[in-house]
Amino acid sequence: MTELRKRGGGGGDPDSSDKEADLDDRLGTDGECDGDSKADTPDVPLSTADTDNTPQYLNKALEGLPPRWKNYWIRGVLSIAMISGFFLIIYMGPIALILIVMTVQIKCFQEIITIGYRVYHSYELPWFRTLSWYFLICVNYFFYGETLADYFGALVQREEPLQFLSRYHRFISFALYLAGFCMFVLSLVKKHYRLQFYMFAWTHVTLLIVVTQSHLVIQNLFEGKIWFIVPISIVICNDIMAYLFGFFFGRTPLIKLSPKKTWEGFIGGYFATVVFGFILAYLLSQCQYFVCVGFNSETNSFTVECEPSEIFLMQEYTLPAALQNILTWKTVNMYPFQIHSIFLSSFGSLIGPFGGFFASGFKRAFKIKDFANTIPGHGGIMDRFDCQYLMATFTHVYIASFIRGPNPSKVLQQLLMLQPIQQLGVFHTLHSHLRERGMLPPAATPQAE
Amino acid sequence: MTELRHRGAEAPIQTQSSEDKGSDSELRLEKDGASDGESKGDSGLAEVPAPADDTPEVLNKALSGLSSRWRNWWVRGILTLAMISFFFLIIYLGPIVLMMIVLFVQIKCFQEIITIGYSVYHSYHLPWFRTLSWYFLLCVNYFFYGETVTDCFFTLVQREEPLRILSKYHRFISFALYLTGFCMFVLSLVKKHYRLQFYMFGWTHVTLLIVVTQSHFIIHNLFEGMIWFIVPISCVICNDIMAYMFGFFFGRTPLIKLSPKKTWEGFIGGLFSTIVFGIMLSYVMSGWRYFVCPVEFNNDSNRFQVDCEPSELFQLQDYTLPSFLVSFTGWTTVRLYPFQIHSIALSSFASIMGPFGGFFASGFKRAFKIKDFANTIPGHGGIMDRFDCQYLMATFVNVYIASFIRGPNPSKVIQQLLALRIDQQLHIFNSLKAHLMEKGFLPALEDVMA
Repeated sequence: MTELRKRGGGGGDPDSSDKEADLDDRLGTDGECDGDSKADTPDVPLSTADTDNTPQYLNKALEGLPPRWKNYWIRGVLSIAMISGFFLIIYMGPIALILIVMTVQIKCFQEIITIGYRVYHSYELPWFRTLSWYFLICVNYFFYGETLADYFGALVQREEPLQFLSRYHRFISFALYLAGFCMFVLSLVKKHYRLQFYMFAWTHVTLLIVVTQSHLVIQNLFEGKIWFIVPISIVICNDIMAYLFGFFFGRTPLIKLSPKKTWEGFIGGYFATVVFGFILAYLLSQCQYFVCVGFNSETNSFTVECEPSEIFLMQEYTLPAALQNILTWKTVNMYPFQIHSIFLSSFGSLIGPFGGFFASGFKRAFKIKDFANTIPGHGGIMDRFDCQYLMATFTHVYIASFIRGPNPSKVLQQLLMLQPIQQLGVFHTLHSHLRERGMLPPAATPQAE
Repeated sequence: MTELRHRGAEAPIQTQSSEDKGSDSELRLEKDGASDGESKGDSGLAEVPAPADDTPEVLNKALSGLSSRWRNWWVRGILTLAMISFFFLIIYLGPIVLMMIVLFVQIKCFQEIITIGYSVYHSYHLPWFRTLSWYFLLCVNYFFYGETVTDCFFTLVQREEPLRILSKYHRFISFALYLTGFCMFVLSLVKKHYRLQFYMFGWTHVTLLIVVTQSHFIIHNLFEGMIWFIVPISCVICNDIMAYMFGFFFGRTPLIKLSPKKTWEGFIGGLFSTIVFGIMLSYVMSGWRYFVCPVEFNNDSNRFQVDCEPSELFQLQDYTLPSFLVSFTGWTTVRLYPFQIHSIALSSFASIMGPFGGFFASGFKRAFKIKDFANTIPGHGGIMDRFDCQYLMATFVNVYIASFIRGPNPSKVIQQLLALRIDQQLHIFNSLKAHLMEKGFLPALEDVMA
């Protein structure tokens, strides 16, 4: 695998998406090989699109077709490959999902940071790569530590070093971050102050975008795999449907930022996604594998059997009069989750694209065609995940606001951290509350010593 | 009040002489932000205005007799005393005033940094940008203050119907507000200015991250007890002043290239004197309930109250001195507040790590070739200049309290308990009962469950 990268002025050319120019066998790799091309001025488009990095066997297989169709075939094949990959990791279970999310996050971070390096020619500041990765590790440590402490609470309490780490978690994370901060201050070199501050800010904004989103994705996952699968599927479906509607019916451009998007694609994608989400929610709500949540501390694995919460239980809804006349049904059996899925789909179709426009604007601002060349025909990982930015946050906020109450194990943890006197106070309050509600027989109150 | 701003290419070179500020005696109180628009037409230097002489005329007249160097000391000294007196005054005025002052300082710091960003990038002709930056500031503040208000004013919030809805869906509303700003940003992207706009977007977010989260932590610390607000800030101020004095009298070895005026003698002298100061200050303050009690909102009287039983942290205890100190001082035990020991940790952090915040700000000023963040305080520069060492202190105090001092708040835990489902409550009840019986706080009774 040669690692040549062809860089040229054709970045803004829309036809370069055909990628027909080269038949060389080149799989692009980020990061290490960027150092060669340092001499570019910032205004030269940092195009990464002209390299044809489709594997050679694919090229041979599609040799016969005209170039335009070849592009579609490559994109199609890769799309199907990615979707199959998605199904496979869902099948493999939550731990694999968490690992995949983390890999994606690291790759996205690397892509964006690499762009930053190229824009600012910051290669001669060797500390910078170290510091950026160090900050990534710190922030990940902080977030994953909090997640683990919440969800694997019982396991953590058992092991002594884990207990110590969990109790002083915030302090340790902060100390680690501070060490990085001090390293940054000490590494300030006289001629490069401005560059260094830019890279510092670039790193932090990237962390803010990429790492918090991935953390929220993991938190959604812990609510039940369905909260992970449905939003991501909705965004993928919207992408594909908007593309197809735009391809067949597209006429009116949507926004100057992305000239290929059209209103027909947008609206068609919206309705198609709502229907798709509705059907998908119906299919998945029946399966306990997707709906259940929770780490079973006895078996040290994720439970796949549980009592589904009420939003995954079929309920009867009375149709409003208008719909009754059309459909002649009085009531309909639905999962409440399907109604939530309508909101998720609407968000994914209406606001999700703004994440895509943001990424397009970013690429135009820094004159790059794609974030990287990791996926043949599609660009980098960030290109695939740009519409997911806001979706993960929205899903998380949606769950926190409308679905989930506080996490019981977390509340129990906090209870156990109180002083015994306070615990007794809480105990008595809870006792009288439960008695009022009739959950406990009105026995004599236990006397505190 | 004229609003002239003296801008020139010699701004960075005049670092020493501009300290004197003796050259001008015009009456100029400057205002940030608004007046920047006028002077846009200067050369393409990405430099922010040189410090104007903005000492009020009254001071200038009073000090006109002294030579310029001493005059500078007097101006700085008087303003320092003025700021410290102001600090005492607002402590006296109480928690609400303190919160408002913190909010005001935060807004001013944000404005100063954003103004620098505008000047650096000449982004004035993107009118949406100022609106969007302030809008994001509002959103983030709304989010943080909403969470604080919900926690502290819990009963009041539950009583009033609109407040209750706002509090229940708070995260969603904040997110929706932020999203609106995000969409406005995307829609406002103009073809020729993409890169500028993304830079300003990034600049705004990093500023929010630094300034707003710090001020939020300060408010949190304040609610733990005013002593947690006063002692850290005083330690940082004391360290500034003491390091300056030690450096002035004994300074010889430079500390770091970024700030050539800092010396090792100042650094170490500042460390020891700040620790001593911290111990003494915490001794004095721990005796007063006004400072020691957590700030709570009294639901009946609808006011803040600071009255409580001091926690054990603020009660005198006997400590046995280690043997070498016994032989040294002749005392076997010493009476201390446990808080004084914590204050050693706080002072050490303020003296050792606090200056890194100052170096960060110095590096930032050199990177963007500005002398001071702004000219708000005569002799001292902008509000950010005074608060640069406080950046890390507020976060540290918050993390320190969360890790070593404060357990969860029992009333908050009860709130969360009551929000759970009944079967979950029952489950927790049983676990708690088992735990308490194990520890011997409850007599072993027959099972109360049906």
